[in-house]
Amino acid sequence: MSIELGHFALVLAFAIAVVSAMGGLLLWRRGERLAAVLGQAAILQFVLVSVAFLAVVHAFVVSDFSLALAANHSHSLKPLIFKISGVWGNHEGSMLLWVLILVLFGALAAAFSRSLPSDLTNLVLGTQSLLTAAFAGFTLFTSNPFARLSPAPLEGGDLNPVLQDVGLAIHPPLLYAGYVGFSICFSFAIAALISGRIDQAWARWVRPWTMLSWVFLTLGIAMGSYWAYYELGWGGWWFWDPVENASFMPWLAGTALLHSALVMEKRNALKIWTIFLAIITFSLSLLGTFLVRSGILTSVHTFASDPTRGLVILAMLAVLIGGAFLLFAIRSPALRQGGLFAPISREGALILNNLFLATAVGAVLVGTLYPLLLDALTGTTISVGAPFFDFTFGALMAPLLLVLPFGPLLAWKRADLVAAGQRLMGFAALAVFLAILISALAGNSISLVPIGLLLGFWVTFGAIAELIERSRLGRIPLAESLRRLAGLPRSIWSTAIGHMGLGLTVLGIVSVSAWETELVTTLNPGETAELSGYEIAFESFEQLEGANYLADTGVFTVTGPNGGTAVLMPERRTYVASGTPTTEAAIQSYGLSQLYLQLGEPLEDTHVIRVWHKPYILLIWIGALVMSGAGILSLSDRRVRFGVPQAARKAKLEASR
Amino acid sequence: MLRVTLMCLLLFLPSAAQALGPDEILPDPALEQRARDISAGLRCLVCQNQSIDDSDADLARDLRVLVRERLIAGDTNAEVEQYVVDRYGEYVLLNPRLGPHTVLLWVAAPLLLLVGLIALFIARRRHAAIPAEGLTAEEATALEALKHGSDKTGA
Repeated sequence: MSIELGHFALVLAFAIAVVSAMGGLLLWRRGERLAAVLGQAAILQFVLVSVAFLAVVHAFVVSDFSLALAANHSHSLKPLIFKISGVWGNHEGSMLLWVLILVLFGALAAAFSRSLPSDLTNLVLGTQSLLTAAFAGFTLFTSNPFARLSPAPLEGGDLNPVLQDVGLAIHPPLLYAGYVGFSICFSFAIAALISGRIDQAWARWVRPWTMLSWVFLTLGIAMGSYWAYYELGWGGWWFWDPVENASFMPWLAGTALLHSALVMEKRNALKIWTIFLAIITFSLSLLGTFLVRSGILTSVHTFASDPTRGLVILAMLAVLIGGAFLLFAIRSPALRQGGLFAPISREGALILNNLFLATAVGAVLVGTLYPLLLDALTGTTISVGAPFFDFTFGALMAPLLLVLPFGPLLAWKRADLVAAGQRLMGFAALAVFLAILISALAGNSISLVPIGLLLGFWVTFGAIAELIERSRLGRIPLAESLRRLAGLPRSIWSTAIGHMGLGLTVLGIVSVSAWETELVTTLNPGETAELSGYEIAFESFEQLEGANYLADTGVFTVTGPNGGTAVLMPERRTYVASGTPTTEAAIQSYGLSQLYLQLGEPLEDTHVIRVWHKPYILLIWIGALVMSGAGILSLSDRRVRFGVPQAARKAKLEASR
Repeated sequence: MLRVTLMCLLLFLPSAAQALGPDEILPDPALEQRARDISAGLRCLVCQNQSIDDSDADLARDLRVLVRERLIAGDTNAEVEQYVVDRYGEYVLLNPRLGPHTVLLWVAAPLLLLVGLIALFIARRRHAAIPAEGLTAEEATALEALKHGSDKTGA
């Protein structure tokens, strides 16, 4: 019964979305009263889709296998958390989650848009409803999660064991929140194009939404990366897989959007470009959804692939993205550019940032789609893999990282590069010194390693240059400096911390790429192996039983270079329901470095073990967390930075929580 | 989130073989390092976008062994690569070769950068009608007034 209720709720949400979309987009000049109706419709959509979603969750939790979705993807023996996360561990359920987050953002936009002119509110909520109608319709008509089975099977088919992990509970919701959050920026861009209202206030409204989505996407990608790292059993953390690229492109574009919206907000410049980026960012999110959901790429992300679904998504994509760009082409020439500035200025630096980020998006996009297109057009199959992306992306990021520390030190409109250079001199010297020192200690000659290190240190230290500059550290008494530091606007802190996070990630990447060590060997219980100063003693081999799997477990005692010992228990699991095997690596952190231990296949009289030492690998994800933290800090600053009216200030404050 | 991909495929394969095993490693460290370097650039054909060095598919193992055999036979890295390409096609290379069919791929990034730079240049030229350098007398006065009023007008 609750299933039918959920189904009905989703149909109703779809119908409301269709009406809202037509009302908002066609009658947007009708003012406040329409805005009030659309706002309530947006909240109603959220309530209804929540009901639909909870109905499916309920069926999974109580193992109601008369629901086809639960029968195919759940199992009564699964732990509760995997029963719940299993809801979106399949195509239909993940589309439902997509729609849920979409209407959540629509409801949030409605709740926090009271300070907006009603024209803009109507257009934003109308566009948002159009998206909801498209995706709710797609879910209902091609991927119905509410289909029943009769007779109901006694037991479910279980979830892919690789997905039975807390990663599935966290990674997709975060990633989707990021993807879908950019829909608000998209809706604002459409609203600006239709209404012709595009000014600094527009950027002020859009930037918090961009920041919020960007934080979610950053966390989602970092989480996915760490999940792949520990789950896949050999310690890779980024693979330039098309599906990964699909999430990385909106991130790059969103990062560019954050920076260009800043220029627009402060200086009323880059308007057309910012609108364009807002459209591009969400289009890339949609493209990601298409690539993953269409079955063009086969991966664990695609679940079931069905060509008709792919075609429908492609058609939706063409209409939504094509329509947006058509609107852009028609309307953007009428928008006036403002805010003049010299090439050497904060604006100039941010444009450079956008140039490199946008080029990187283009490069990743071409690299991802090229093999598909070449195959479709000529039948020639080629691979575009990690070596290509490492080279192309690295070559584009290096100059960006090089100029990054200058940006925050340059004044708006016209700046003094030499003065900025002087302030950075000390940090540059420090970065060079550390890069040379570390490379020398590690015995690296002139290669990419010192250059990467140099860039990492340069960005990390350069990020605090502005803080030091503004607090006049060393030039006035320390107490006074600290007082100034504490009084700095959060936006300054957020910039510094965000850039520092990027520097940390770069350092982690360089370090683990350059100095990772690996040992592949055979070992018997009682024997000991050694890697990079770590002593790995194989104590015993046991067969354990988990909730829904059997595990061959190796018990190892690892003695670190500093003498501390830890017990590591890597497993090879076989899941009862599906009979599929997985490997569960054991990972031990030593400071920021990790030892990664994997139990390989059993040979006749011995075991293969693989051990990796990953120096400073945690910096990669810590950097991402720091970046996200900086974004949250910036969100908490809204009320301070803008003289927005009280009501809006309150709303912004709440929005940032 | 990616290599999950591979795992998925691998799950459906009989997993007799696994990733690089101890029995495959060459006794000569220099030769082994070359084998690893080559392996990292060769695609496991039955996997999703995974190099043979990382893959635990049977075919990947066969290829790893093949690479090492060729190296022992005295091939250069390029010769080994060519040997594999001759048998499996260019699809096996993770780093596509520059050729008529990939020229667009390779020039895409520099071309985009160039187009961006030209667009910026044109946009500046258009704006150049109104000089951005220098302040008008009025602005200069206003600036002086501000400077003396407070120094808190940060960037």
